[in-house]
Formats: sequence, structure tokens, C-alpha cells
Amino acid sequence: MKRLIVAALLAGTVFSHAASAFADNVSQYIPLPTYRVGAYASSGELWWAGERDYFRYINEVEGGVEGVKLDYEEFETEWSPDRTVEVYERVKAGKNGSPLAFFFTHGTPATYALLERAAADKIPLIDPAGGKTEAVDGTVFPYAFPLLFSYYSQASTGINYIASKVGGLDKLKGLKIATVYHDSAYGRASQPAVEVLAKKYGFENIQIPVADPGNEQSPQWRQIREQKPDWVFLRTWGVSTVVALKTAQRFGFPADHIVGDVWAGSESDVIPAGAAAIGYSALAPYPGGTEFGIHKKLKAEILDKGKSDLRDPKLFGAVNYNIGLVNAALAVEALRTGYKHFGARPLNGEEGRWAFEHLTINDRRLEEIGFKGLLQPIAITPTDHEGGGAARIQSWDGHKWVLQTDWIKADHELLNPLIKEGAAAYASEHSITPRTPQTETN
Amino acid sequence: MAELDLRATAEPADLVGLKAIGLAVVTALALAAPFFVSEYWINAIIVPFLILSLAGLGLNLLTGYAGQLSLGAGAFMMVGAYATFALQLRMPELPLPFALIVAGLIAGAVGLVFGLPSTRIKGFYLIVSTLAAQFFFEWLFLKFPWFYNGNSSATIALSRGLSFFGLDANGPHGRYYFTLGIVTLLTFLSFNLIRGQTGRNWMAIRDMDTAAAVIGVPVLRAKLQAFAVSSFILGIAGALWAFAYLGSASVQSFGLHRSYQVLFIIIIGGLGTIRGAYLGAAFVSLLPLALDWLFQYLFSGQVDAGLLQNIQKAIFGILIIWFLIREPEGLSRLLAIRRTASRRLFPS
Repeated sequence: MKRLIVAALLAGTVFSHAASAFADNVSQYIPLPTYRVGAYASSGELWWAGERDYFRYINEVEGGVEGVKLDYEEFETEWSPDRTVEVYERVKAGKNGSPLAFFFTHGTPATYALLERAAADKIPLIDPAGGKTEAVDGTVFPYAFPLLFSYYSQASTGINYIASKVGGLDKLKGLKIATVYHDSAYGRASQPAVEVLAKKYGFENIQIPVADPGNEQSPQWRQIREQKPDWVFLRTWGVSTVVALKTAQRFGFPADHIVGDVWAGSESDVIPAGAAAIGYSALAPYPGGTEFGIHKKLKAEILDKGKSDLRDPKLFGAVNYNIGLVNAALAVEALRTGYKHFGARPLNGEEGRWAFEHLTINDRRLEEIGFKGLLQPIAITPTDHEGGGAARIQSWDGHKWVLQTDWIKADHELLNPLIKEGAAAYASEHSITPRTPQTETN
Repeated sequence: MAELDLRATAEPADLVGLKAIGLAVVTALALAAPFFVSEYWINAIIVPFLILSLAGLGLNLLTGYAGQLSLGAGAFMMVGAYATFALQLRMPELPLPFALIVAGLIAGAVGLVFGLPSTRIKGFYLIVSTLAAQFFFEWLFLKFPWFYNGNSSATIALSRGLSFFGLDANGPHGRYYFTLGIVTLLTFLSFNLIRGQTGRNWMAIRDMDTAAAVIGVPVLRAKLQAFAVSSFILGIAGALWAFAYLGSASVQSFGLHRSYQVLFIIIIGGLGTIRGAYLGAAFVSLLPLALDWLFQYLFSGQVDAGLLQNIQKAIFGILIIWFLIREPEGLSRLLAIRRTASRRLFPS
């Protein structure tokens, strides 16, 4: 037994240093720190299936990105930031001659844990609809990309949607809006934005924390029944969302007055809640559904041919699956932008940063790749690492998510000063000089 | 040469020389290591191993030597980390090594307070009160923004990183030497403590505290001393874990799972031994990584990643059970048996 362990350890040592037999240096290495084990596995599985299916489609049907194939590899992390840090350290040197162009963090706590390391190693951290909101300011955070929809934008879009339901932004005055949030970095991330919005529109802002993992929420919803807010903004993740919906029903709070954020709006959040979730709405920068162009292509080439990573084909088009598709598409389009500029060869971290900072996907391109309606038009610049800041609203009808609106934009004019302030505070604390992108030659 | 060595465990004279050479070799290897191993090994394997060994050492003093069961290791590590953060933030003139010492003292004081129940209760009941410390601090450091300086993510990180006296220890080499220095120093201190009166008091209390009281061991004071010293070391280990290994940490990194992990380290490594902490930390932190590497190399892409992960966990659990059945007193006892066996083979 001991000999087996020693042999295993030796094997690990040898193979971690051995040069690989594959001299395939025309493929871009994309490590995926995934979680198929643990409390968030059911959401995660669909996400990785979406990413893998799209990457496989690109490799096999389109012959790679500008001819460069994608070499993707999974690493289990159980959603633990410590393990994601270990995976990052393992892969940051690249593989088979391909350096790392970027690193998907697949989780907000992991982004926080890796923020400084990645800045030192010059590897972009990609965390769409997540991450550290201040990182939208790319002059202070050149290597952090909270793409598409920051947590401040989530708060603003949620408030805009509520306003549209009550008849206008001026009707928000005097309303009570309670935020039930998962007591972690993720759950608190939109608090500054909600405060500013409450001051601007005159609604009362009630913040109610739910301790991780949120299996028992009677005290929180009892408090809601006492305070009688008009709307509830749900900023939970995992089992806390399901329990929130069920407990809300128990305490008589109507589901159609609960608006969930991006990470509280997937099938694994509403199906276990059963009837309690009917009428519940969620922010959807990644809507659910299979009516989009890319799904038709994937169905023909990947799903029907048995090449999909999905364990249950019925979940094709689920919100988390579409999250995977959108993440993968952003990466592919960014790489394409990079390859057109630097040449069709594997990119490194600095080149990856340039690629992401010059990523533009307009309506026409969205049509071409089949993501119209699924992904919003996006334009990332060195100063704006968010690039979009809009979401659609979808409601659960008991069987599927039904899109209620088109893209609702967040109030960027209001939020940008807040973000710049936060970024400046971080910069002074860490002695970072903000870069001036206009003077950069690259 | 003519002096008689009346120690109960007198060692053959030539083995002492061998030991000194062995120690010199190990020291040389330890000092030279960063120049031979890759950054990944330093960042992700050696540094966490060293820090977990230190944590195991701290808990071993309390549980292995003094016999006080405790599940509060995570809490005391947390206190050390947050105290270091507060000191570096609010008293930046205090250099980092001194901040670490003061943070350790704060953790020690906290350990003393939460160790007060040990004067009245023993064994499993004491575990409950240390568990209370664990939950209390998990709540405390999230509830009051003062502890994490109000930033939105409730994480703590040193703004200047590991820099002191003009040296910048932020790279992998710096972090390795910093951690190695502190761990070596504290191990040396613990070694001396164990060999002295304090250690003997603790072992007397562990073995039979009524008899210890009868022969005049100051039981109350020794128990509280154990809590204080153990928490001092755990606090420094926590600060190192947060700032020398992770870079930034929050309450999540020091949760109940961490307390369990440290307890398992000393149980598997060997209660009541210094080297038990190191052996246990190697087992608990390195073996799962080795398994992961092996499985990743052998099966990646062919077997579902979730299944692989669960198989690894099962194997790890089976190994723990097997080891403890083979040798309930842990890896250090296994090692000791081997050494006496080899000594019998080569009597001198």
C-alpha cells in the first residue's frame, strides 16, 4: 500500500515536469475550474455542458477559431476558492506550448481570491455577471473582467424593472424594497448600488442577510411579513434560493413580487420550489430557452449526434446551459479578435487582455453566430470591462422560463461614479497607478 | 567522553553524530529547495503544507500533549489572521513580524478566554465549548464591518503584502522563506516547551489529571497555559494561511471544515508528538493532491470529472480508516516502530 502511494507521488512529480509527447502547438489551452461535486454541482453541470458543447462545436464544425483549435480541460474545485487557487497555480504556465490567454473563474469568491495573483501574473480573469464590480474600471484592474453585467448593474436593472411594473421611476417613491441576500461577498456586492438608487428614487431599502447555506429562512421571512415590503430583491445562490421561495410562500409573500438576480434564476432554483416559484421573475443576461439560432445549430451537430456533454438532453436550453454557451462564445469571439490582430497562434495573458479589451459584438455578428436575443450587444474597452450592462427579465410559469421584456439597461450614469470611486480607493490602498489606455501602443 | 549519560532514552553515541549530519542535510535541502522546484510546488504544495503543519503543531500541544479536546482551531486561526490585518491596517509602523507576534498574543488571549471552561469540563463536553468559539468568530467577523475595513466582499488582505524591513517577500521565494523561518522557529520553541516543566505538566494532566493535582502540578494554570500557547501558534498559522498562502481570506477559509482538517492532521499524524503534525499535514494536504494529479493524468477526459472526484474522496477516506486500524496512534508511531526495529537490526 505504501509502495503504491509512493509510486503515485513519484508519478505526480515526474509527469508534472515531463515535456509532453504531443507537439501540438496550434491549439489554445483553456483550463476550466469546474464543480461537479458539492452543493452547487447541479447548477454547475449544465454550465460546463454548455461550454464544452460550444467549444466542441467550434473545434469540429468550424475547424477552430481562425484555424486554432481549443484544448479545454476540466479541474474539480467544489466551488471552493482555495481549490480554484490551486488549480490556477497548476495551469498558469500553460500546456503543450500554449500559454494561458485567460482564466475562467466560474465563481465570484474565486475571482476575489485570485485578483491580485492574476494581476501579478498578467492573466485576465473572466467572470461574466460576477466578480468584483470595481473591476469594471479597467484602468485600475487591467486583468479583471466582470463582463456583461456587474452587480451594480443588476441592482439598477432590477429597480428599473420594478419601476416599469409600478408605472414609472417616479412611482418608486415611498415604496419598500427588501433585499434578501446570501451573507457572502457575492450577496453583499450590490448593496452600495441599491443604497444610491434608494436615495435617488426615494424608496426604503431594507437589507436582510441569510447565513450560508441558507437552509432555514423563517426568521428572515417573518421579518418581511412584519415590515411588509412591496417588492423583494433576491440575491441568493444555490439552495438558499429554493428555500427563500418556499418560505416566502409559507409566509404569504406573493412570488410575482420577488425579483431574483442572475444567479438566482435558473431551473435548479425554481423546479425544487415547485408551485412556490410560479410567477417568480429573474434577471436574465443569459435567458433560458432553445429558440435561439445557436441552439438549432448545436442540436443538429452536437446534441442529436450524441456528442453533447449533457447528462439529460431534456435540459438543453436550461438557463445554466445557456450561461455556459454565452461564456464560451465570449471567449471564442475574444480569441478571434486577438488572432486577427496578433496572428492565428495561441495567445498569452497580455495578448488575451488586449483581445478582451477590444471585443465588440454587434447585432449583425450576434445574428451570424446565432446568439441574437441570447447575448446582448457588447463593446468592451480598456476603461469599461463590463461592456453591456443590460438584462432581460424572465418569469417562471411552472414549466419553463418565459421572457417578459427586451434588454433593460442599467443606469450607468448613476453607477459609473460609484465604480470609479471604489476603484480609486482600491488603487490608493494598493499603490496602483491607474493606466492611461490612450497612451498604450498595443 | 567519560560522562555517563543517565537519560532514560540514551542514544548510542555514533547515532548522535548521524543525527547531526541528517539535520544538516535537511536544513541545506530546505534552504535550497526554491531553486530546484517549480513555482507551482512552492505556491500550492510546500507553503500550505508548512502552514498546516504549524497549525497541527499548535493543536497538538493542546490536544496531544495537554489532552484538551478542541474543535476551535479554525476560530483561533481566524483571530490571528484578522488581528494581523487590523494591526497592519491601523498601525502600519509596526513591522510585519512584530505584528504577527502581537496577533499571536491576541489569539492566545482569546484562546485563554475560550479555554476557561476546561477548568470545569473535560473530553467531549469541552469540544462543545470550543465549537462555540468556532461559530462565534464566524459570526463576529462577518457582522461588524470594522474587522474587514468595510470592503464589500468581507475579505481581508494585506495592502502591502508581505513586506517588512525593506524586504519584499511577496514572490514565491519570499513567501517560502518567510513561512519556513516562522515554522522552524515555532517548532523549536514548542520542542523546548515540551521538554521542559510545562510539557511535563501537560502530559501529566493528559494521562491522569487527578494524580497530577495530587503531586502538585498546577492543573488549572497548566490547562489555561496550554490553551494560550496553542492559540498563539494557531493564530500565527492562520495569519500565514491568509497572507502567505492565499493572499486574501475571509471567514469561509477558516470554517468548521478547517477545524476538522487540523484535528484529523494530528490524529493521523500522531497525537502527542511534534513530528506528528508534519506527517499528518503531509498526509492530509499532499495525498489528495497527489491522487488528483494521478487521476487527472490517467483518466482526464475519459471519466466524468464528478465521478473522479468522488472516487478520490472515497480512496482518501479508506486510506484514513486503514491507517488508523493499522496504527491507532498515527503515522509517527509507525515511524517510531520502524526506527526501533532498524535499531534492533543494527545494534551497536
